[in-house]
Amino acid sequence: MDKPLTQNIKPDLSAVTLDDYRRTGGYEGWAKALKDMAPMDVIEAVKDAGLRGRGGAGFPTGVKWSLVPQGESAGQKYVVVNADEMEPGTFKDRLLMEADPHQLIEGVAIAAYAVQADTAYIFLRGEYHLSARRLEQALAEARSAGYLGKNILGSGFDLEIHLHTSAGRYICGEETALLNSLEGKRAIPRAKPPYPQTSGLWGRPTVVNNVETLCNVPHIIRNGVDWYRGLGRGEDAGTKLFGVSGRVKKPGLWELPMGTPVRVLIEECAGGMRDGYTLRGFLPGGGSTDFLLPEHLDLPMDFGAMMKAGSRLGTGTMVVLDDRTCPVRMVLNLERFFAQESCGWCTPCRDGLPWVVELLEGLVAGRGRPEDLDLLEQLARLMGPGNTFCALAPGAAAPLQSALKYFRPDFERYLKPASSARVA
Amino acid sequence: MNEARILSEQETAEILAAADHYPDKSAASVEALKIVQKYRGWVSDDALKSVAGLLKMSPDELDGVATFYNLIFRKPVGENVILCCDSVSCWMLGADRIRERLSERLGIGLGETTADGRYTLLPIVCLGACDRAPVLMVGEELYEDVDESKIDELLKRYGEAWTNR
Repeated sequence: MDKPLTQNIKPDLSAVTLDDYRRTGGYEGWAKALKDMAPMDVIEAVKDAGLRGRGGAGFPTGVKWSLVPQGESAGQKYVVVNADEMEPGTFKDRLLMEADPHQLIEGVAIAAYAVQADTAYIFLRGEYHLSARRLEQALAEARSAGYLGKNILGSGFDLEIHLHTSAGRYICGEETALLNSLEGKRAIPRAKPPYPQTSGLWGRPTVVNNVETLCNVPHIIRNGVDWYRGLGRGEDAGTKLFGVSGRVKKPGLWELPMGTPVRVLIEECAGGMRDGYTLRGFLPGGGSTDFLLPEHLDLPMDFGAMMKAGSRLGTGTMVVLDDRTCPVRMVLNLERFFAQESCGWCTPCRDGLPWVVELLEGLVAGRGRPEDLDLLEQLARLMGPGNTFCALAPGAAAPLQSALKYFRPDFERYLKPASSARVA
Repeated sequence: MNEARILSEQETAEILAAADHYPDKSAASVEALKIVQKYRGWVSDDALKSVAGLLKMSPDELDGVATFYNLIFRKPVGENVILCCDSVSCWMLGADRIRERLSERLGIGLGETTADGRYTLLPIVCLGACDRAPVLMVGEELYEDVDESKIDELLKRYGEAWTNR
């Protein structure tokens, strides 16, 4: 089975060097794009390959690129890598940056050529110090090998990639907040439209893509669209990094075909639940996805199936809920995170999230009122899509609304007298 | 201009080099604050004003940026900043116990610094190592699969490094 994204990664997770990377075809995709393909050919290939964003939203990458104005009059354009991985339960982009930084650089380069941008920024979260060191090292190697800079490989195309390290705020993962942050401002989301593809960084056309998304691109260009489409098991193309954390025997991260069933991940890859624990549910793609139940174990991990089941594929890194962890307290932990990380720009998020936290804290402390559960449901709806500036609050509403749906008796138990001492 | 007198030549050079990556100097604001922090541990009012001057921003504008981000410190912090992940996977696997043990050993709560200035204890959101939960970060180093015995080992290591300086 092909595992293009992790094929070069060494068992000790040390960084793949430029020589190592080239040995398995590294930068061949870059050379092919520059020599044999027009920018539009690259966009068409990525579109036809069916690559969808791996950062959580799943937007078709080639379509995103095609919305960027082309031609002489388009002026300055940018590519920005969203490397602000901070979704609770998510640990995939860090591996790609630490262990194979050249793969990301090649992906960025091809994306920049496709949209004809001569400048790209990698927006990296501040806590990823090792990623920063390894990316700087790899960027220096790529520059001295002539893969970046002026007149790359004699093509006449120029590109510089800069690493920008941030200072910690989840909201920077929202693409327009990220752009404000990259401009040196507070990371507040922008109104959309206009979308970044037409008016992004400093008002210029900008493509923002997730790390894992871009890591797919060199393989699509080098090995072709048909090969890429054939990698997926179901509706979606390609492979994906899937992760499992929580009380399983072997938590970890694996590259598997899109559409791999949840059961394979939890029971085979992660070795099943730890002895003495049973599975009660899982968040399929990070903290901002809706809970699913053991009855969903045979669903494929792809965008459509997760959506149909009422959740999202998200980042594809799941958090498992066991029978000895209280779902109410787990949701409280998640809502505290979202309340803290809200940028405060719009009211449903700024006021709704602390209110949710207060209600949940009251509930677990034994001060809950029966009407609080309805109020929590109402708040989850108010923070939903369409009522907020960005996806932070709707993401926060996802585990809350689904826990209220699936684990209602656990919430109700806290309303009964003398049950407040129940331990998580 | 007095900013040159407050920021060292090294700091100024590094900040200007970072600013060179952008068409607008103020885009380097976060990186500039981090450069100051690398040398001073935290960002004082005077340092903030100097950086603002260098990047052609108003001090208030820059302070708005500084106070927005979790990892910019506007108060002095200890020699070693310990970041305790409190997000969902770490929480599930005992992050509270780890933090309590650290508090007990250091005699400080979250957001506090030990009297000898060696340690500051802070909460942090998901550090992206959920398969190795619970995790901590000390300075730039990530510590995975942390348990109570590892904490003693860790404090011993940083304690020794500090006394040998």
